[in-house]
Amino acid sequence: MLISYQWLKEYIQLDDLTPEEAAEKLTLHGVEVDAVHHKGEDITNLVTGRVVSCAQHPDADKLSLCQVDVGEADPVQIVCGAPNVAEGQDVAVARVGGRLPGGMKIKRAKLRGQVSEGMICSLQELGWEGKVVPKKYSEGIFVFPEPVVPGMDAKPLLGLDDTILELDLTPNRSDCLSMLGTAYEMAAVLDREVKLPDPQIVPSAEETAAYIRVDVQSPAANPYYGALMLRDLQVGESPLWLQTSLMAAGVRPLNNIVDITNYVLLEYGQPLHAFDYDQFGSEKVVVRQAQEGETMTTLDGEERTLNAHHLVITNGTKPTAIAGVMGGSDAEVEDATTNVLLEAAYFDPGVVRYAQRDLGIRSDSSIRFEKGVDPNRTAEAGRRAASLMKQLAGGEILAEPSEHDTLHRQPLELDVSLARINRALGTSLTIEEVSAILKRLQFPAEQTDEDLLAVTVPTRRQDIAIEPDIVEEVARLYGYDNIPVTLPNTPATQGGLSLEQKKKRQVRRFLESCGLHEAVSYSLTTEEKEAPLVPENRLRVPVALPMSEDRSSLRTTLVPHLLDALSHNKNRSRQHVSLFEIGSVFFTEEEEITRQPDERTYAAGAMMGLWEEHAWQGEKKPVDFFVLKGVLEGLAAELQIDAVFEAAERPGLHPGRTAVIKNGGRIIGTAGQLHPDTAAAWSLPETYVFELDLQYLLEQQAEVMKYVPIPRYPAVDRDIALVVDTHVSAADMKQVIEEAGGDLLDSASVFDVYEGEHVEAGKKSVAFTLKYLDRGRTLTEEDVTAVHENILAALNKQTGAVLRG
Amino acid sequence: MQERLQELQDEAVKQVADADTLQELEEVRVRYLGKKGPITEVMKSMGRLSKEERPAVGAKANEVRGRVQELIEEKEQTLREAAVTKQLEEERIDVTLPGRPVSKGAGHPLTSVVETIEDVFTGMGFQVAEGPEVETDYYNFESLNLPKHHPARDMQDTFFVTSDLLLRTQTSPVQTRTMEQHEGKGPVKIICPGKVYRRDEDDATHSHQFMQIEGLVVDEGIRMSDLKGIFEAFVKSYFGEDREIRLRPSFFPFTEPSAELDISCAMCGGSGCRTCKGTGWIEVLGSGMVHPNVLRMGGFDPEKYSGFAFGMGVERFAMLKYGIDDIRHFYTNDTRFLEQFTRV
Repeated sequence: MLISYQWLKEYIQLDDLTPEEAAEKLTLHGVEVDAVHHKGEDITNLVTGRVVSCAQHPDADKLSLCQVDVGEADPVQIVCGAPNVAEGQDVAVARVGGRLPGGMKIKRAKLRGQVSEGMICSLQELGWEGKVVPKKYSEGIFVFPEPVVPGMDAKPLLGLDDTILELDLTPNRSDCLSMLGTAYEMAAVLDREVKLPDPQIVPSAEETAAYIRVDVQSPAANPYYGALMLRDLQVGESPLWLQTSLMAAGVRPLNNIVDITNYVLLEYGQPLHAFDYDQFGSEKVVVRQAQEGETMTTLDGEERTLNAHHLVITNGTKPTAIAGVMGGSDAEVEDATTNVLLEAAYFDPGVVRYAQRDLGIRSDSSIRFEKGVDPNRTAEAGRRAASLMKQLAGGEILAEPSEHDTLHRQPLELDVSLARINRALGTSLTIEEVSAILKRLQFPAEQTDEDLLAVTVPTRRQDIAIEPDIVEEVARLYGYDNIPVTLPNTPATQGGLSLEQKKKRQVRRFLESCGLHEAVSYSLTTEEKEAPLVPENRLRVPVALPMSEDRSSLRTTLVPHLLDALSHNKNRSRQHVSLFEIGSVFFTEEEEITRQPDERTYAAGAMMGLWEEHAWQGEKKPVDFFVLKGVLEGLAAELQIDAVFEAAERPGLHPGRTAVIKNGGRIIGTAGQLHPDTAAAWSLPETYVFELDLQYLLEQQAEVMKYVPIPRYPAVDRDIALVVDTHVSAADMKQVIEEAGGDLLDSASVFDVYEGEHVEAGKKSVAFTLKYLDRGRTLTEEDVTAVHENILAALNKQTGAVLRG
Repeated sequence: MQERLQELQDEAVKQVADADTLQELEEVRVRYLGKKGPITEVMKSMGRLSKEERPAVGAKANEVRGRVQELIEEKEQTLREAAVTKQLEEERIDVTLPGRPVSKGAGHPLTSVVETIEDVFTGMGFQVAEGPEVETDYYNFESLNLPKHHPARDMQDTFFVTSDLLLRTQTSPVQTRTMEQHEGKGPVKIICPGKVYRRDEDDATHSHQFMQIEGLVVDEGIRMSDLKGIFEAFVKSYFGEDREIRLRPSFFPFTEPSAELDISCAMCGGSGCRTCKGTGWIEVLGSGMVHPNVLRMGGFDPEKYSGFAFGMGVERFAMLKYGIDDIRHFYTNDTRFLEQFTRV
């Protein structure tokens, strides 16, 4: 809402405050003022002028040579390019040495050989936005609608000495979508009086009913409909004060009748509608639900298809307006209009909200009705508009408006307890202090008990429904700054992270310490993006009306967006990038979603390029499968979880360089190299990825660690090199060794793998270090040899391994 | 014989002086002091001397032996020091060359902000609660006093999955879920960080996905003055001791009274600058006393219990803290951006 400070001053005395001071008070105690705009602050030397003659420029088709009286002895010559400039016009002239918005400085100039001493201005050049400039002046200079004396300061005439307060209203404060509502608010904040308009009507003898009657068929949706009848009006341009008032509020002036309905809408917050009575084409206003599929063309030229939830104003046969939202193009008030049917009505907020959403129209009218207008000012706003119309457009107002009236106007009464106010706020206010605040708000209150006030809530404040709403009114006017600062008196609570939350942080820290940067990406993605990496026919959770195709369903894997990120970095010459992400993925088992999906926390990573590099020492270690595996083994150790890697094939990954990770037989993740085709699809080089069901890992309870005594007797190491078929895995060999090794074998670890020269084709050499240990005594050579032979025999039998000669 | 000893000593002195290496020196030692060396020879042949001569020659022989021994030891010390010095000189490196990088990844700035704020609040006795990102209409709206068709629903344009399921537009649904778990008994002291979603076109200041942290305190006798106390402690701990706070009236459907929390602008110290749009204040979070309907729907009796709630945007905090000007940076995962937070 844009509030003209000058207009606001018609209702409240503000001469002793700057607009900034008023704005600050309003922000701290009432509604937020987002900005304070000083209209015309950068305009200087702008005067009224009269075009005494206007001739064609001798050397330019589109320019005119004007002699303009600017209140001095001789007129000045101004070259003007506007198509609408003409002799006899009163115009706004920026004189030489003056300034216009945007820092433009007016200089004496020569245009195609002709001297120009100043500039005749358009409203846009004076800083008004194009959308509020009357159509008549939008393509040329502004012309004063009434004669003005040349040489006067033009700024006040054009509202360019005004200040605009831009209110950022929360949805509850629709009462401030009006000058009066804002004035009440300002008055409460400053503890001042409000001066209200008092519309007086002197009606003609003729009665409205002779021309128009009202038939409301949906009284719940339209509890009040007032039809005022005005005859013999002169439609034309509004006086300048009215036009500048509207423009200051961001509304484009049209003609005096429409402008008055808009003026009263802004003043009272009560939308009105003026119909051309003769075009309306009937003597009866019928308000009813629309028929299914009924169509009408609204003022904006759009054809609208309606249904039975819509409320329409009709002439008995066809709709002429969508109630509270927008009028139709058929009965618009135009220059030729002489008789006006003026509607002042109360429409149910829900009905208007429905229409607004369903039709996608948000008009100045609908945004007020949807919040509920003041039922006690509807009829008054109609009278206010009618009296202004008579004043500005002549004609007569007919007696006894036609009405349908089943409107509830009773204000709400609330019992408010002083003790509860103080308990809620932590204050120690007295009943007198609270009463004084309520008086500032003009909320009538009566003390009914030592602790109790019966408060009457004016109907203009539709947002106030329960006692805590009054508590808020008291609190904000008392001043949030004046509320003391305390700490809760709650019993001591055990704050902190849960075990899972702590472990999640531990995972982050571990992966960071391994050199991976944490990424955060979007949860919304597409099926296509995931397709290369997930099993076919995986069910997804789509959003009903996606904003764009690439954010149409929820992710089931974190990997694709990490690949996007690698690709983004690679395109910016970042070749060595390792990222991880922890976030939710979403699974469903339903074709048609009815339940909340299974939402699981996953961790994923993607790595490309060099893992380690020490340039001047010539060392470069690219990321490979074992770098990836090392990170994951470290992570498993950090979480004290067993992780077994088994060769596997997975969509989008290299069939020979991929493993699933198992814990107690359950698959908890995947690790591997991207399939070259997948890498190519993201334009990536050799890239390694992993994804873990982190939630499962976090839920596992690690066993309490038990200390194992440091051995007191020495261990014996034996190295063996074995030749086996290449397909035999190290894990299989190790398993055989451990089974055959019994209690004396402490550990077995691979220290060399070799294929090539000196090893038969199809075979490889795998070397293990076996560590033997007896915690109770020193091992003898015989002890070790017995077990060692046993292991070699088992290896030979189960894997075909032979000692390398 | 004494002359012979003197000669030997002179020779030995010269040879010690000429020895350039430890090995040469050792040879000199063996040559003169060894069991078959000339001094020993002299000592052995002393038997042939007269009783009168013996003491003098013996003394001289010992003196020469001692002298040579001493010289060799001195020389040995010198040579050893020279050898070490030489070795050290040869081992000299250019310590200004770059060290071997130990790669250290960075936490995402949004996570860093969340963790820091979690730490501040857990230190004040809060727990961290979490909830689902795909929520029901009931938890996201209705239980928060936003019945269907409530105008304030427009403030949060929603991604619906079905007519009843949606991507949560706020972390507030975790309030109701947590209150339900407490089965009507206080105290509840939680903060709830998480991702939320709204139908906004992504630009420098809007993102269809962003992060919030919600906070809730419910117990008997909680007052608005307590909310000010907690905020003051939080702001001073997170933003610094010298920051001032102020509350302004606002509106949220789930709180009454509602307040916006401003902190004094760090850029200008409150005198007004571009960052604070000339006001001297920066808006950091929305808050208020929990609406009785919300308490009721969470299973708490509003006659007995009261509480306050607050919600803050994590991106906004990160942008304020690090001076980031475009919200999209958080979701692009450009390492030139991410790496900068290694130090955080």
